[in-house]
Amino acid sequence: MSIVTSNSYLESLLQGRPQLPAAFSSPALAWLKQLRANAVDRVAALTVPTTRDEEWRFTDISPLTKQSFQPVRAASRLQAADVERFYLGEAATRLVFVDGVYAPQLSSVARDLGMVVSNLSAAVSAHAAAIEPHLGRHTGFQDNVFAALNTAFLHDGALIVVPRNASVAVPVHLLFIATQKEAASYPRCLLVAESGSTVTVVEDYVALQEEAYFTNAVTEIALADNARVNHIRVQRDSGRAFHIANCAVSLAHASRYQSVSVALGARISRYNLNVLLAAEGAECAIDGLALIAERQLADTHTCIDHVKPHGTSRQLHKCIVGGAAHAVFNGKINVRPGAQRTDSSQSSRNLLLTGKAHVDTKPQLEIFADDVKCAHGATVGQLDNEEVFYLKSRGLSDVAARNLLTYAFGAEIIDRIPIASLKHRLEQTVLEQTTRQP
Amino acid sequence: MIYQDSKTLLEVRGLCATVQGVEILKGIDLTVRSGEVHALMGPNGSGKSTFAKALAGHPAYAVTGGAVLYEGKNLLELKPEERARAGVFLGFQYPIEIPGVANSQFLRLTYNTVQAQRGKDELDPLEFDDFVREKMKLLEMNPDFLDRSVNEGFSGGEKKRNEILQMALLEPRLAILDETDSGLDIDALRVVAHGVNRLATKDNAIVLVTHYQRMLNYIVPDYVHVMESGRIVKTGGKELALELERRGYDWVSVEQRAAAGAAA
Repeated sequence: MSIVTSNSYLESLLQGRPQLPAAFSSPALAWLKQLRANAVDRVAALTVPTTRDEEWRFTDISPLTKQSFQPVRAASRLQAADVERFYLGEAATRLVFVDGVYAPQLSSVARDLGMVVSNLSAAVSAHAAAIEPHLGRHTGFQDNVFAALNTAFLHDGALIVVPRNASVAVPVHLLFIATQKEAASYPRCLLVAESGSTVTVVEDYVALQEEAYFTNAVTEIALADNARVNHIRVQRDSGRAFHIANCAVSLAHASRYQSVSVALGARISRYNLNVLLAAEGAECAIDGLALIAERQLADTHTCIDHVKPHGTSRQLHKCIVGGAAHAVFNGKINVRPGAQRTDSSQSSRNLLLTGKAHVDTKPQLEIFADDVKCAHGATVGQLDNEEVFYLKSRGLSDVAARNLLTYAFGAEIIDRIPIASLKHRLEQTVLEQTTRQP
Repeated sequence: MIYQDSKTLLEVRGLCATVQGVEILKGIDLTVRSGEVHALMGPNGSGKSTFAKALAGHPAYAVTGGAVLYEGKNLLELKPEERARAGVFLGFQYPIEIPGVANSQFLRLTYNTVQAQRGKDELDPLEFDDFVREKMKLLEMNPDFLDRSVNEGFSGGEKKRNEILQMALLEPRLAILDETDSGLDIDALRVVAHGVNRLATKDNAIVLVTHYQRMLNYIVPDYVHVMESGRIVKTGGKELALELERRGYDWVSVEQRAAAGAAA
C-alpha cells in the first residue's frame, strides 16, 4: 500500500475523534489536551505499518485499512440481562464499556472499596495528581501509530488507583463488549498501584456478534515500590474483528507484576506488551496463550527490559494453531548495562494441529551485562507420539488422546489464572476448541 | 500361581518385530495362562521392552512375523486402545507427564472410557473420587496426587505407584509391567510389589519385565524367562532368577551357544 492511502486512511479515522468532555476543561488538565494534540501530530506523521516494517514482518494488517471503522457515539441501551453471562462471580467491582463507551448501568462499583475504580472522565479532576505522572507516560506513541491513535482519541477509559499498602482481595473486572459492526473503539486503561499495594485486574474483551469491528486498546500499569499486580487479559473478540493493543508496565523497586494473556478471538490480533523493570529487585512473570484456528492471525510482541540489578523475569508463551491460522511470537529480553544479577527465563512453545497451520517465533535476547542468568528456548511441533500412545494404551481413542493433550497444552497457561470462575470458563472454551469429533 | 483349571490368555508364536527397520525381536514363543506370574529377564538390549511395547501396540514397533493370540483372538489386528479395552495393560518404564491435566481427571477419563467399552457403569466425579481413594490406599498413595497434573513432578517411585494405580482401576486380564522396579527405593518397591500382589487373581496374569531379581523377592514368579538377542533362550522356575542374580547373564549365553553347537 502506498503512503498516501495509508495517511488518508488515518485521517479518516481521526475524523471520528470525539471532543474532550467538560470534565477535562479545567486549566489543571491542560497537559492532557497537550498530550492529545501531540498524539494527533504523531498520527499525521506516521503511517500504517506494512510487512516491510521489521516489527510487522509477519503480520499483514492491510485488511484493516480496507474497511472504514468509526467510533460509536450513542450510549448503549444494553441491560444486565444481555451481558451478565460475561460477569465474573468473584469480581463484584466491574467497569463495562460497550463499543468503547462507558456503560454505567452495567458497571458496579462498591462505595467502600478502599481504592479508586472509575471511568476516567468521572475521576480525572479528583485524581489528577495520581493520573498525570502516568497517563500517556508509559506507552510511547512516538513511533507507534496505534498507540498514537488511541491517545488522540483519549477522552474516557478505566481508572484504577490502589492506595499505599492497600491489599484488595477482590478482582476488578474491566469488561469491553463489542456489539456493532464497523465500530472502532479505543479502550484506555490506567492502573496505578501505589507502594506496597496489591490488586488483581481482569481486562476482558468480548463480542455479542460475529461482526467485523476494530479495537485499538492501550493499557498502562505503574507499580510503585513493593506493589503487586496480577493482570489477566482475555481477548475473545469476534472471529472477524481486528484487535490491536499496547500494554506498558513500569515496575519500581521490589514490585512484582504477574500476567496471563489469552488470545482466542479476532481475525487479526496484535498484542504488544512492554514491561520495564525500572528499579532493583523488580520481578515479572508474563505468560501467554494464543489458541487460534481457521484463518486467524494472532501476533504477540513482548519486551522485558531489565534496567537495574537483581531483576527477575519469567515468561512462558504458548500457541495452539489449527486450520490455516498463523501465530506470531516475538519475545525480546533486554538486559541493560548495570542490570547485574538479572535472572531471566523465557520459553516459547508452539503446537501445530494441521499441515497448514503456521507459527513464527522469535526469542530475542540482548544482554549488555556480564553477571546474569538468562535462559530461553523455543519449540514448534506436533503432539508427541509417546504421549499419544500412553493415553491410547489406557483405552482412549486416537482422537480423544489428541484432544486431551491439546487441551493440556493450553490448560497449563489457563491454570495460572487465579480466578476460579474465569479459569473454569476458559478451560471449557479450550476444551470445546480442541475437541474434534471422533 | 499355577492353577489346574487355568485358561490360556496369551499365546505368542515366533514373534518378530523391527524398530526403524532394525530387527529386534527374532522369534519369541511364550504362553501365559490365567493366574500365572511370568518374569521376563535379560540383559539390556535383549528386546524385553520392545516385546512389552509390541504387545501393547506401540506404532514404532512393526511386527514382521509370527502370531499373537489373546484369549484366542488375533491381538495384532487390534489398535492400542482396543487392546487396552480388551484387558491388556502396559505399565510404562517411563510414564509420560501431562502438565495441565489433573491426575483425577485423567484417571476418571481412562476408567470411564474402559468401563463404557465393557458395557459397565461410568462414575461421576464424586463417585469416582471415593472409588479411587480406596484404590490409592492399596499403594499407600497420598490423595494429593489426585489434584496434581498427571505424573508432573512425581518422583520415580510416585510415577510407578501411579502406574499400578491405573492397573488397579482398569482391572486388566493381562498386565505387562515394564521395569516397574526401576527407580524405586526399597520401601517403594515393597509397597508397589504388595499392590501388584493384591491385584493378582486366578483370572488374570502378570508379566514382569525386569533386569534385576530384587522385585521377584516380593512378587514371586511362576516362570522366569531369559531373553537374549530378541529370543527367549531359557525358561525356568523362580530359582532361575536367583541363579541369574548370583551368576549374571553371561553363563546363559555360553550355555546357549554350547547347546546350539551340540545341535549343529
